[in-house]
Amino acid sequence: MILSLTIWIPIAFGVAVLAIGNDRNPLPARWLALAGSVLGFLVCLPLWFGFQPTADMQFTELRPWISRFNVNYHLGVDGISMPLILLNSLMTVLVVVAHWEVVTEKVSQYLAAFLLMSGFINGTFAALDAIVFYFFFEAMLIPMFLIIGVWGGPNRVYAAVKFFLYTLLGSLLMLAAFIYLYNQTNGSFEILDFHRLPLPLTAQVLVFLAFFMSFAVKVPMWPVHTWLPDAHVEAPTGGSVILAAITLKIGGYGFLRFNLPITPDASHALSGFMITLSLIAVVYIGLVALVQADMKKLIAYSSISHMGFVTLGLFIFNADGMLGGMIQMISHGFVSAALFLCVGVLYDRVHSRQIADYGGVANTMPVFAAFFVLFAMANSGLPGTSGFVGEFLVVLGTLKVSFWQAFLAATTLIFGAAYTLWMIKRVVYGAVANDHVAALQDVGRRELAFLVLLAVAVLWMGIYPKAFSNVINPTVLELLRHVSQSKV
Amino acid sequence: MNTATFSFATIAPAMPEVVFSALLFTLLIVDVMLAEKDRHITYWLSLATLLATAVLCLVSLGQPAAVTFQGLFVADALSQVLKIVTLLTVAASLMVSRTYLAARGLLTGEFMTLTLFGTLGMMVMISAHHFLTLYLGLELMALSQYAMVSLQRDSVRATEAGMKYFVLGALSSGFLLYGLSMVYGATGSLELTRVAFAIEQGQALDLLATFGLVFVVAGIGFKLGAAPFHMWIPDVYHGAATPATLLVGAAPKIAAFAFVMRLLGTGLQGLSGDWQQMLVILAVISLAVGNIVAIAQSNLKRMLAYSTISHMGFVIVGILAGTDNGYSSAMFYTITYAIMTVASFGMILLLSRAGFEAENLDDFRGLNQKSKWYAFVMLVTMFSLTGLPPTVGFFAKLFVLQAALEVGYTWLVVYAVLMSVIGAFYYLRIVKIMYMDSPSGEMTLEPRADARMVLSAMGAITLLLGIVPAPLMELCVRAVAASM
Repeated sequence: MILSLTIWIPIAFGVAVLAIGNDRNPLPARWLALAGSVLGFLVCLPLWFGFQPTADMQFTELRPWISRFNVNYHLGVDGISMPLILLNSLMTVLVVVAHWEVVTEKVSQYLAAFLLMSGFINGTFAALDAIVFYFFFEAMLIPMFLIIGVWGGPNRVYAAVKFFLYTLLGSLLMLAAFIYLYNQTNGSFEILDFHRLPLPLTAQVLVFLAFFMSFAVKVPMWPVHTWLPDAHVEAPTGGSVILAAITLKIGGYGFLRFNLPITPDASHALSGFMITLSLIAVVYIGLVALVQADMKKLIAYSSISHMGFVTLGLFIFNADGMLGGMIQMISHGFVSAALFLCVGVLYDRVHSRQIADYGGVANTMPVFAAFFVLFAMANSGLPGTSGFVGEFLVVLGTLKVSFWQAFLAATTLIFGAAYTLWMIKRVVYGAVANDHVAALQDVGRRELAFLVLLAVAVLWMGIYPKAFSNVINPTVLELLRHVSQSKV
Repeated sequence: MNTATFSFATIAPAMPEVVFSALLFTLLIVDVMLAEKDRHITYWLSLATLLATAVLCLVSLGQPAAVTFQGLFVADALSQVLKIVTLLTVAASLMVSRTYLAARGLLTGEFMTLTLFGTLGMMVMISAHHFLTLYLGLELMALSQYAMVSLQRDSVRATEAGMKYFVLGALSSGFLLYGLSMVYGATGSLELTRVAFAIEQGQALDLLATFGLVFVVAGIGFKLGAAPFHMWIPDVYHGAATPATLLVGAAPKIAAFAFVMRLLGTGLQGLSGDWQQMLVILAVISLAVGNIVAIAQSNLKRMLAYSTISHMGFVIVGILAGTDNGYSSAMFYTITYAIMTVASFGMILLLSRAGFEAENLDDFRGLNQKSKWYAFVMLVTMFSLTGLPPTVGFFAKLFVLQAALEVGYTWLVVYAVLMSVIGAFYYLRIVKIMYMDSPSGEMTLEPRADARMVLSAMGAITLLLGIVPAPLMELCVRAVAASM
């Protein structure tokens, strides 16, 4: 019941916000959306507190949906999906708070899109039936397409269409793979039945590639990452937050839930390929981030580089790597959201994302600058922040497999620090660069609220990661055991 | 066999057609007596006729299958379901067209009676159990439509469209008749079950039957509008007045599906190995032509015409599986496609007004600012045509692809999937125009309540079936199972 509530409460509120929407007086819609997102987050809390640290599916729900094709409305969470649901519900609250004085056009549609999106994403993470998963996975495209295309920057239409078509191509191939697996299991769309299904290696490789097309685009992995800088840069702040913090995680989650357990032999066979792509993302995209002149673009490339760490961790097949990848996903959710919100704070005041338009922000916005620097440190993996834990574990895990791979991965600690801190240096420090910066007002209470919340999360995860690893570890160990057994 | 007894029991299975014809002829007489200002009475009577017949079909839904008139006519669950959907689709099409027709002086007795005669033809096609009845229904439908398309005699475009439609339609009928005569020659019968029996028993001349089949499939391709027999579709859709386009584009697809079901599924099931291969070619070309050429269109009606071609490609993918599962998924696809067609053409009608045709993509610019609800209905329809959840279009595609994959057409499924990504682009463009562009000029929405009601209902059904598709799917499965 709890999982259904986490899905349908945001959706119901989203529809209600659309219904009462009034462009002249957006205040009721705003409060209703806030109520919906907070309620949506509150109903998630029992998941965290009631979670048993085992690898079993918990809070399961099972109802027939389309009995002819044996499709069931089957929900449940384990250690890898539960934290992501929480993360998503929290981000929705932040997005609603962050939009308050900023978005003034078509407010109710904007809020409704995010609430619907939140429900769909929770459904994606909670689904234990492939069709339920696909249903939410694809439904998500519609609000995201509109968020980027309607409220985005100057080049928004191009970015929205590109985002949509890239994702659609990948996911339709995944649908074909689902139907293939359905026929192979003699009529079951249960994801857990797919996990148990023996498959010859050729079939495994094809199914792996179909899933890969879908999730690699979402992550995104090099070379199918090109939609991301466009989409993130053009999206409104809230859109960038949800894209970076949540939808990228769906790619990583997909690898954990589908690729690894359904096609373990293909995963082993293709691990070299996956590791190579991940390392290219880490090193090459890290270098690309270094030369960006646009703050959002820089954070977008930094996201790709960090997500490369996630896929690297997943495909070296040891506990450190996989746990590290999972923690990196959650940490990146907090950090990238925080960075995009920080850029949003600046953009709302100056209406520019160019690094060159800033300089000496610390002089006029000292409180803001402190938070910005903290999140930048987390992004470059400073010990004590959440960014460190995941990266460290992944490097440690990789070291057990290959020194040179670990060496390449570890370069991110240098490049990451370089591009993030260089941006900070140019934006925050130095003398006040121009009149716009001189006229800046420091953050208000509303902005302070979400910055403090994220700072607490980043530090909590950095200082006491055990709270997360306790939840995640049993599932990761069980998954590793499952993946080590051949299904051929 | 030759003792034709004309008792009530023989007529009973055809009761919907009998009642429909009776009402139709009454309407014809009433219309003559009406003064010009009372013409709307004809419209209401037509709706009443359609709805009354639909209710009659609904009542006879539970009855066992019955073949009557010496094997010419069959009434089974499949025919009742398809007739109900056809009648409702025609009624909905008329309701969204009312103001448009009135503004152009087309809300006349002629238009209404042609529509109803065409509908009668569809009903006969759906219930046909014999090559002659199939052809009779087909021609009754087609002739009414030729006239309907060219009813605006002052319009060069409409006349040209009617002419093209007629010439190509007649040609395809010729193909079909030639093919059917070959099959008759090979099997010695015109009745579907006997043809099937002869083929099954190996009494048929295989080569001759297959030769005939080629022409039959070509005829089917024309009627469905599948490539490479699609040339008439864009011109007719574009040239005809939008209500006529809607009446040609929505309900007849259901009748055409029944036509294919009866011919291939019942009559020539024994040759399925042969027609599957031919249909694969039709499907492959239709999916490519429909999706790729649609991108280049700036006229919405032309774009939807190409979209039809690609959707017929999907229907064919379902049919060519040749299993009960395939037929029922194709039936589901056709029914939901009819709903989406009414919604998309209904939107064009909603935005048109006297002296202005809202048929270019640009006419939808910024619709979201004018009316959030109708922009949303169009959004749902477009994503449903794309095949995205939570709309019914997703399940339609899912069921068809599942049926095809089940019989081993993996490559065809992957191909269809890739083509629908291309298709997504032009549906997306409409959403983009409605939501992301600002309105260019004056925009008025049609004021009538009946059109608004139908459009809202179509949007709601598309969403609702996208969340609970099971009942309609179950209905299709039972209907197909009962008819086989």
